[in-house]
Amino acid sequence: MGSSSSSMDHIPNAEELMQETGFSAAHLLRLYERFEFLDKDQTGELRPEDFGAIGGLALNPIGDRIISAFFSPGQETVDFPSFVRVLAHFRPNGTNRTRNGTQQEPVNSRTRKLKFAFQLYDQDRDGKISRAELLQVLRAMLGIQVTEEQLQSIAERAIQEADLDRDDAISFDEFKKVQQVSPHPQTPTKETPLHPTEGGR
Amino acid sequence: MTWSTFPVDNLLCRCLGISITVWWTFLFVFIIIPAVFGVSFGMRRFYMRTLLKIFEWAMLRMEMGAKEKNQELYKPYSNGIIAKEPPSSLQQEMQELRGSAGCLRSEPEFEMADIFYFCRRGVESIVDDEVTKCFSAQELESWNLLTRSNYNFRHISLRVTVLWGFGVLVRYGVLLPLRVTLAVTGISLLLVLTTLVGFLPNRELRSFLSEKVHLMCYRICVRALTAIITYHNRENKPQNGGICVANHTTPIDVIILANDGCYSLVGQAHGGLMGMIQRAMVKSSPHIWFERSEVKDRHLVAKRLGDHVADKTKQPILIFPEGTCINNTSVMMFKKGSFEIACTVYPVAIKYDPRFGDAFWNSSKFGMVNYLLRMMSSWAIVCSVWYLPPMNREEGEDAVQFANRVKAAIAAQGGLVDLIWDGGLKRTKVKDAFKEEQQKLYSQVLTLHVSSALIFAGEIKHQTLC
Repeated sequence: MGSSSSSMDHIPNAEELMQETGFSAAHLLRLYERFEFLDKDQTGELRPEDFGAIGGLALNPIGDRIISAFFSPGQETVDFPSFVRVLAHFRPNGTNRTRNGTQQEPVNSRTRKLKFAFQLYDQDRDGKISRAELLQVLRAMLGIQVTEEQLQSIAERAIQEADLDRDDAISFDEFKKVQQVSPHPQTPTKETPLHPTEGGR
Repeated sequence: MTWSTFPVDNLLCRCLGISITVWWTFLFVFIIIPAVFGVSFGMRRFYMRTLLKIFEWAMLRMEMGAKEKNQELYKPYSNGIIAKEPPSSLQQEMQELRGSAGCLRSEPEFEMADIFYFCRRGVESIVDDEVTKCFSAQELESWNLLTRSNYNFRHISLRVTVLWGFGVLVRYGVLLPLRVTLAVTGISLLLVLTTLVGFLPNRELRSFLSEKVHLMCYRICVRALTAIITYHNRENKPQNGGICVANHTTPIDVIILANDGCYSLVGQAHGGLMGMIQRAMVKSSPHIWFERSEVKDRHLVAKRLGDHVADKTKQPILIFPEGTCINNTSVMMFKKGSFEIACTVYPVAIKYDPRFGDAFWNSSKFGMVNYLLRMMSSWAIVCSVWYLPPMNREEGEDAVQFANRVKAAIAAQGGLVDLIWDGGLKRTKVKDAFKEEQQKLYSQVLTLHVSSALIFAGEIKHQTLC
């Protein structure tokens, strides 16, 4: 008593995708139907404009960054397996099923999510969030609501706190550390930083 | 030769005659007579309870079947595709995010992790966005034995299949002909009786009779759909000289509401059967039908509505401000036109129970006739109607704010999600104003403390300099 027109046969390499991403068959089918819905001109691949048609994404301040996270550098289209692999980072933790002897960490682990967020900042993919990149994101999230000086001071503080090796940029490890404990200059810290901080600025 | 076939024919004719007579008697006694007098035997509610028990049993069997195959049934709301957060405000989510990062701060400031909030909302909308969801039928947690609501249920055992087959027989063989007969009866009675009443010279008698006639015909139509309606808070029913405003899911909304009271309908004048019905209705009670060209002229529309409302002897107007059919999980933006008229607004919330038959009219997928056929071959249409207390526009409130206030009240009562989106978004793009709204909300989380941080930084500089 099939309901929809598409079935698992239409999805290329369904088994492998399920293993890799951890999505169940029903979820994968849902995502495939969603992919087909977004693919308005039926080319089998999505373009940035197809994402742009989604209302909730258009009002998201960092919407265009999220869209470009789906596209590998240099590529203009994204196919279904890549689409699903990116979404797999956000799969609920409870549905992790045991796989035979897999040693690598699950796709939706905290580290992978952090990596995704890191790449939203680090648009040129050089492995570091520079001051300019941080400013760009802040401007996107706050728009015209804050002045240039306020923006600069927020960016300054964020870099001061996170940048432990003092190279004026935030690497992925520093980014991860910031998520764990974020010490305020005046409150006692739990973790000893790599370099001793001065008391005050 | 021909004589030998005659007795068989005779027998056949007689059988047919008897069954038709029985059919009509049953129809008349149990359905039409009670409809005329407004009495109910309670059969429909009993039917509803029985159906629910059958659905539960079917769902149990399907879950057992799925467990045997070691798979899970996909339930759209309980185990979704991505880790979804319940819709909460930006402020609340930010606080939760910061709490989980082990922050020891006493006051919130910008954190690198704040991007997670926007990131998650963005991915959620990629997987399933609010607007698309509103224009497709609502998905059910459990199956109701209708093929059309079967999106995700694949582990259907033999017993459930048999039950489903039996259900098909009952719905198409028994219920559908019954309902079609009733619908035809109801509509023809409406046409004939309203025309007759329209000939009466005495105005008071005419309006009294027209009310009775309308109610009776709508009651027959309600039975034609096997609609089981529960009205709440009837003391707030709309009065003359007001506007009744409701959320829109299907054209059947009109029948549901008109079953309990008399309203003046507003709409475009159609041709064909609809046009005939419209012209007949106007003869006995005042409805407002616009020609296609007049619809564009907002002043004309406002004037006619205003005139109608000013006359206290006329019935309340029924308007659906969303302007289009939404799938009854949410309420979309209300068009401000009806809220600009200076009168009392009576909000009404209508909520359908999708387990017995999905009432949503997806006009891009089905035409009217197809839709009616689907309605009449569902199990039943079950809905609740809440009459909310009347609202008036307050001092200093403009039409848009008033419309949003009414919309929020309707959404809260009906348990629907209150959306900012315009129903016309099927076709148009999102405005930039919405993005600015998000930016403003986020800046409010930070702004208070940005200024204090600046002061703090200034003080430290001052100290080090001295």
